[in-house]
Amino acid sequence: MENMMAYVVGILFAAGIYMMLRRSIVKLVIGLIILSNAANLLIFVVSGLTRGAPPLIPEGASEVVGAVADPLPQALILTAIVIAFSVLAFAVVLIRRAYEVVGTDDLDKMKDTDT
Amino acid sequence: MNLELVLPILIPLTAGALSLALWRSVRLQRFLAVLATGLLLAAGIWLLLSTTEQGFLVVEMGSWPAPFSIVLVSDVLAAIMIVLTGIIGLAIAVYSLASTPRGHEKFSYYPLMHLLLAGVAGAFLTGDIFNLFVWFEVMLLASFALLTLGGERAQMEGAIKYVTLNLFSSAIFLSAVGLLYGMVGTLNMADIAQKVSSVEDPGMITVVSLLFMVSFGIKAAAFPLFFWLPASYHTPQVAVSALFAGLLTKVGVYALYRVFTLIFTQDVEYTHTILLWTAALTMLTGVLGAAAQFEFRRILSFHIVSQIGYMLLGLALFTPLALIGGVFYIMHHIIVKTNLFLISGIIYRLLGSYELKDLGGVYRQRPYLALLFLIPALSLAGIPPLSGFFAKFIVVRASLESGEYLVTAIALLVGLLTLYSMIKIWAEVFWKKVPEHVTDLSRLNGEIKDKHNWAYFAPVVGLAACTVIIGLYGQPIYLLAEMAAEQLMNPQLYIEAVLGGQST
Repeated sequence: MENMMAYVVGILFAAGIYMMLRRSIVKLVIGLIILSNAANLLIFVVSGLTRGAPPLIPEGASEVVGAVADPLPQALILTAIVIAFSVLAFAVVLIRRAYEVVGTDDLDKMKDTDT
Repeated sequence: MNLELVLPILIPLTAGALSLALWRSVRLQRFLAVLATGLLLAAGIWLLLSTTEQGFLVVEMGSWPAPFSIVLVSDVLAAIMIVLTGIIGLAIAVYSLASTPRGHEKFSYYPLMHLLLAGVAGAFLTGDIFNLFVWFEVMLLASFALLTLGGERAQMEGAIKYVTLNLFSSAIFLSAVGLLYGMVGTLNMADIAQKVSSVEDPGMITVVSLLFMVSFGIKAAAFPLFFWLPASYHTPQVAVSALFAGLLTKVGVYALYRVFTLIFTQDVEYTHTILLWTAALTMLTGVLGAAAQFEFRRILSFHIVSQIGYMLLGLALFTPLALIGGVFYIMHHIIVKTNLFLISGIIYRLLGSYELKDLGGVYRQRPYLALLFLIPALSLAGIPPLSGFFAKFIVVRASLESGEYLVTAIALLVGLLTLYSMIKIWAEVFWKKVPEHVTDLSRLNGEIKDKHNWAYFAPVVGLAACTVIIGLYGQPIYLLAEMAAEQLMNPQLYIEAVLGGQST
């Protein structure tokens, strides 16, 4: 299972970077979305996949019993998803405004500020 | 409970929220901006005083014991950075009173500024690596909005590059945090530092450390990852440029300092050699890029890149003296660079352009402004007795003592080329006559008087005074940098302070 997920993460990273290297700004943002999801999945996979053992402390006990899933990576991913959501929402608005102002979605034509 | 440790984050956050509540009243927002940044500076000084007294300050959020809670930690370096944040924040807030267009002020300029300062302060003070990521994002989101406020074509183009590369760097950072967590099972930086040596495969730690290096390298605008900076920093209005120039890249540098002195010290030979050559190439490409530019703020933007090289050099050499030099350099650089951007804004106000070919004759009409420019400009180039001289001197001396002669030669050459760039600005903007195609000279000749002139000049004079004071009265500053470097060289102190000396 973990091996397969590792490949999935790798493919997602590759797909994200491929999309970012395209010239269209819409594909650029799609690339960013895929990339942030790949990073989230990566956290999930490297911190170990544990099936069917939620980290709940049974009533009356003061510690968890047996091997349980690590709740922290899930908290991290949740935080990262929220952040990525807001940032990408900004990015989508930005490309829309940029398209309106510049009049093109071709990154090769946005060279005014380069040197 | 160390209140002074929480205040630098709490003050800007509260001020930002209050500013939002005062959406309709720009006057109150302005007042609040100056008040809050002033308080931030005061809190920073308080923090620095108590940190130098006690060595480390630690607050565990929610009073959970250390490796499980998010901790805020202040060592001398972090406290110095907070004081600098306060100084720059105050300068920018005062400058904004005059320079920020009314339309920007109405569309949440001040709340965003406070949010940015909160993000920066949080990044300096946190002792938790994932929390560092969160503060980075807070800072980035505020900076995205500030960068695009106004919505001109150049801003949009610059912002796309800025946003893309910074989000890319965040994704790498997040992946690196995940991989690190997978190996050591903790996020507390002190705890990571303690456990990193017991990881089975040290090669993997080096790989992860390089991921961190790339991610922070993008944020710090190090070679070869700096392209977003000169493409975007000259596009927003000048107070925003100055704020970014002073603080944002330095957060990346600070993160590199923190991570590569505390956590990734197991293979110094390998990682710090990469950092060394990165530093040398950053210096060189930055200054050569500046030499080819003829726009005031673009020249300054490229100089940010080249100065980052000196700070990285201090870290890369990894001797006590080099770290002192690096810390000293950060202190000097933040003040000087912000000041130069602010001056470029004053000149824009006078002549309505940033292009060197459209500027001229400022020395004849405004000799005192020329003097104010010369102080940070010569300091940047490293002319004694200004702050830049001592900063460069310490770094260069450290690299000579480490026997890195080629890098030393590059550092000295870059100093010379910096002087060339500054002289270019001086000759074009101040020395030559006003070009004939420039017709609107009413401001330069003083026919139109600005109501808020004091708000333009007070921050510039204040920052110039800081530069001179650091130069002429450098010993206490040096001692401060020495304390910071000593703590950085002994990560054990940091670990003990955070984890209370307990063993795992």
